[in-house]
Amino acid sequence: MSQESATPPRKAWREHPLWNWVGFLPFFLFIFIFLILPSLNLFTGAFTNQDGEFTLANMNILSNPFTLKSYIVSLQVSAITAIVGGLFGFFVAYSITHGGAPRWMRTLISTFSGLAANFGGVPLAFSFIATLGQLGFITVFLKGICFAGADGAEVCPFNPYDYGFTLYSMWGIVLAYTYFQFPLMILTITPALEGLRNEWREAATNMGATPFQYWRDVALPVLMPSILGAMLLLFGNAFGAYATARALTGGSIYLIPIAIGQQIRGDVLGNPNEGYALAFGMVIVMSIAIVAYTLLQKQASRWTKS
Amino acid sequence: MSGKRLNLFAIFWGVAALLYFFLPIYGTFDFSLRMERGVLGFKAYQLVFADPRFWQGFRYSFTMAIITIAISVSIFVPTVYWMYLKVPQARPVMDVITILPFIIPGIVLVFGLIRTFSRPPLQLTLRGWSTDILMIAGYIIISMPYMFRAVDVGMRAIDVRTLTEAAQSLGSSWFQVLTDVIIPNLRIAILSGSLIAFATVMGELILADFLVRPALGPYMVRIGLTKAYEPAALAIISYSLTWFSLGLLNYFSSRNQRQQRQVTEE
Repeated sequence: MSQESATPPRKAWREHPLWNWVGFLPFFLFIFIFLILPSLNLFTGAFTNQDGEFTLANMNILSNPFTLKSYIVSLQVSAITAIVGGLFGFFVAYSITHGGAPRWMRTLISTFSGLAANFGGVPLAFSFIATLGQLGFITVFLKGICFAGADGAEVCPFNPYDYGFTLYSMWGIVLAYTYFQFPLMILTITPALEGLRNEWREAATNMGATPFQYWRDVALPVLMPSILGAMLLLFGNAFGAYATARALTGGSIYLIPIAIGQQIRGDVLGNPNEGYALAFGMVIVMSIAIVAYTLLQKQASRWTKS
Repeated sequence: MSGKRLNLFAIFWGVAALLYFFLPIYGTFDFSLRMERGVLGFKAYQLVFADPRFWQGFRYSFTMAIITIAISVSIFVPTVYWMYLKVPQARPVMDVITILPFIIPGIVLVFGLIRTFSRPPLQLTLRGWSTDILMIAGYIIISMPYMFRAVDVGMRAIDVRTLTEAAQSLGSSWFQVLTDVIIPNLRIAILSGSLIAFATVMGELILADFLVRPALGPYMVRIGLTKAYEPAALAIISYSLTWFSLGLLNYFSSRNQRQQRQVTEE
């Protein structure tokens, strides 16, 4: 903020530096009423008991098997989709920036990344049901691959549902989330990959570096903050997602957003304050992911500027 | 690594990405056509379009989207303009505030809204119309990162201070500068923020679900639980809506770029 002492004493009040902030009032007021106040309300709720006295007892939710399992599955789903979606997205992004993929493929992939990263929601769940559900076309196709077995009976060894796979489980969620995770990775990592200059590779090669040495000593150290940052963004993205999981499993899976939803509907924990603690814990995890992402992004930005 | 091997590597990952993109969409479309045994047809779509609750949800979400966009634009354009003109040092504060919706997920936001506005002094959840105020506020918050970014990028591309000083030296008021000079220069930025907000509101589930309003999202979930083929048709309808919005945006922004290039070439 600007120094108030710099203002000469006899100036009109309209020229006071703080007057400049008046233009932000409508925006700040709106944000305060509809974002800050509700968040503070949850925060205070998480640290009070039902009589309104301060307590840390609500942190008990972590010893409740239902909420503990929800946290664990949520963390697992977010970590798996962040790593798998992140690596997949990274390879695709590398292919369309440096890898020499055909031009039409580059255009198509970058256009669809912008679309698919925004997909999510209920329709995505419907799409995966139509594709990998019991009657989904890939399931039906795999089921239909049959051979005559040794004893003459027909065997159809490729039906994923015979191996315990079901779309309405954690792995189904992972597959569905990956649909919007890897495009988000492509969008986030492409600027960093574009900052990776071909001259560096040529210089390394001229000095006798093998591709492995180039990646270990030049490319990866430059890209690492961007890759880690993007994966953290993906982690947060999956951790907060609700609609796809809700529509895919009908709310029957252990995930933190689903658990909070059940708490809002019917106080399944039997204590509203523990519900607020549950939500507060979610905000903590999200803050760590997003703040770390922002810091890493800042560190990475010295390479992306031309 | 030889160029040829690298090319194969690129094509492998490119094809994998395209398959991941298109197989679920193809599967959905294929499924949506199979309602009548043995023939491909649009029966599922006919049923969806004949369902009055679909139109109710569509009308409701569409109205909410338009109101959200109107209020969001009239909050963000003046605020960002003010930031550029008067208080550039406010940028870090604005950056932090506009990223908050990513840190506070939708489910937590709606939880907080319900806790705050379901009791006096600001009891809004009692009636439909006052709950709609909460809905719109929530939609504005959820789409805030995109709207802010879009207006910010647009504002950066024009020289706000020079334009303002020029207009003011010709006798314009602050408000006239905004409506007659700044906003016409921000058309594409505003359009892009609005279309993303539109797509967000049309597909949103959490707010409407927990505040119990008749939007498209909860309708889709209900159909998903009770029907087999209509959900696939709904998904295709929903994708078309998103693609249409974003395609429109692409068209306008590339046309704008072309026009600008022509102007500079002349």
